[in-house]
Amino acid sequence: MTPFTYCKPSSISEAVGLMGPTSQLIAGGTNLLDLMKENIARPEQLVDITGLPLTGVEETADGGLMIGALVSNADLAWHPLVEQRFPLLSQAILAGASPQLRNMASTGGNLLQRTRCYYFYDTGTPCNKREPGSGCPARAGLNRIHAILGASDACVAVHPSDMCVALAALEAVVHVQGRSGKRHIAFADFHRLPGDTPERDNTLADDELIIAIELPRPRFEQHSHYLKIRDRASYAFALISVAAALELDGERIVEARLALGGVAHKPWRDTSVEGLLKGQPPTTQTFEQAADALLSNAQPLLHNGFKVKLARRAIVRALTVAAAGGQA
Amino acid sequence: MSEIYQDEACQAVTLTLNGTPRQLKVQPWVTLLDLLRDQLDLVGTKKGCDHGQCGACTVLRNGKRVNACLTLAIMCDGDDLTTIEGLADGDRLHPMQQAFITHDAFQCGYCTPGQICSAVGMVQEGRACTREEIKEGMSGNLCRCGAYGNIIAAVEEAIPLMQTAQTDAGGPR
Ligand SMILES: Cc1cc2nc3c(=O)[nH]c(=O)nc-3n(C[C@H](O)[C@H](O)[C@H](O)COP(=O)(O)OP(=O)(O)OC[C@H]3O[C@@H](n4cnc5c(N)ncnc54)[C@H](O)[C@@H]3O)c2cc1C
Ligand code: FES
Ligand code: FES
Repeated sequence: MTPFTYCKPSSISEAVGLMGPTSQLIAGGTNLLDLMKENIARPEQLVDITGLPLTGVEETADGGLMIGALVSNADLAWHPLVEQRFPLLSQAILAGASPQLRNMASTGGNLLQRTRCYYFYDTGTPCNKREPGSGCPARAGLNRIHAILGASDACVAVHPSDMCVALAALEAVVHVQGRSGKRHIAFADFHRLPGDTPERDNTLADDELIIAIELPRPRFEQHSHYLKIRDRASYAFALISVAAALELDGERIVEARLALGGVAHKPWRDTSVEGLLKGQPPTTQTFEQAADALLSNAQPLLHNGFKVKLARRAIVRALTVAAAGGQA
Repeated sequence: MSEIYQDEACQAVTLTLNGTPRQLKVQPWVTLLDLLRDQLDLVGTKKGCDHGQCGACTVLRNGKRVNACLTLAIMCDGDDLTTIEGLADGDRLHPMQQAFITHDAFQCGYCTPGQICSAVGMVQEGRACTREEIKEGMSGNLCRCGAYGNIIAAVEEAIPLMQTAQTDAGGPR
């Protein structure tokens, strides 16, 4: 690792004041230290935010939750209110990384983890995300794990998080604080598609710190499911993942949420497809139509064509399990 | 302590290591794993991948299992750390250590300290009861020799022994 200086502020405003182009925040360190060892991140100063008072999980007035940015992934997945009201989130977190890493990783850091594209990690190759303008070798190179939706000429990387796929489906809200004050960002607007500026993963400003993630009132605790498909049974990133959540009224779908991981530069949600599910009976045919609609614009690369078929099956299965009560 | 680790970049860190309070000086970029192995000569904790991918470096930080390779030593100020060297009670092995021996739960032994610390952390989490849950709960520790069958058997045997030991001692240790 390249040498850097270290400081540990004790208030949010102090931390925000220390943010700048050559400094970087560190929480669990599980992504940042990895990137620093690979020489991809080279901060001159690390601002350790683990002393900030952002470790609580509080109930909100409508029965939702306000989750501090420093709550560990393990504590969040096993929080009794998350298990009861947002089992989709527990399932998604527990499908990711390893127990050790989940003990270390923070809620805020999970949102900001960077892609696992091989070329992004290999400083010996060009990468528009790492070195803007240098090119994207993945398009014509090895692209088995890459995007099938929403990619651009400049970048075909995917966002690696499991937790974020559930947060997208649950319409979480990201609360942030910067030098000009606080604001909140709808989850769908937090991560972005690569376009011509793949170096930016999200819409957070350079001086903004995530303080909390808010989950709106629970509606899907009876009918949700997170399905993750990967190369081995555990401790691997998703090739495809699906967060499915349904609200049923007798034999009809009243509300549907469907988010995919492993397919795009951000957790992929298509509200028009969710609209197709509304008012329909929760049958295989309904789910197949939704999957076909969601994937109708898929643009697979040379090595990841299998993801289109896999995603179709995964969507149908996740929705089927969700409709049946969430137990696979 | 090796000279090369001491310069003006060093900052003071106070921590409890295997029950003993320690005052140390560390450079900000030194990981907990390198502090243990290179500066403190506690080489039980192993470096497999150095990237969070294998679990060989697992230690207990404030009772929770973590990867020492992705932990900065300087961020452990005030913490209570237990490594494989700190699990036994004098000559009396920790029940998890004993179970690994009884079940021959290793071949080369390189992953073993991490496996044992991880298993102890897992039992303290209280979430793994069935064989399937133990397998998933131990999935952060790879074993290149493939001793998984015996590792799971060892952990299964140690869980009730650890629970008894905890009740006897009035809490987790
Ligand atoms: C081997 C391995 C396997 C993994 N497998 C999976 C997997 O299967 N699924 C999955 O989802 N994840 C996986 N992960 C990724 C893991 O979930 C992330 O590394 C973790 O969530 C990051 O959180 P952290 O607190 O450690 O972040 P850090 O490494 O501390 O920080 C990451 C980034 O976020 C910034 N940051 C942190 N907190 C804040 C904040 N509050 N406000 C603003 N910026 C902030 C930092 O500046 C940094 O840029 C894996 C990681 C490893 C090493
Ligand atoms: S050495 Fe830390 S996980 Fe491999
Ligand atoms: S015993 Fe050799 S790696 Fe596990």
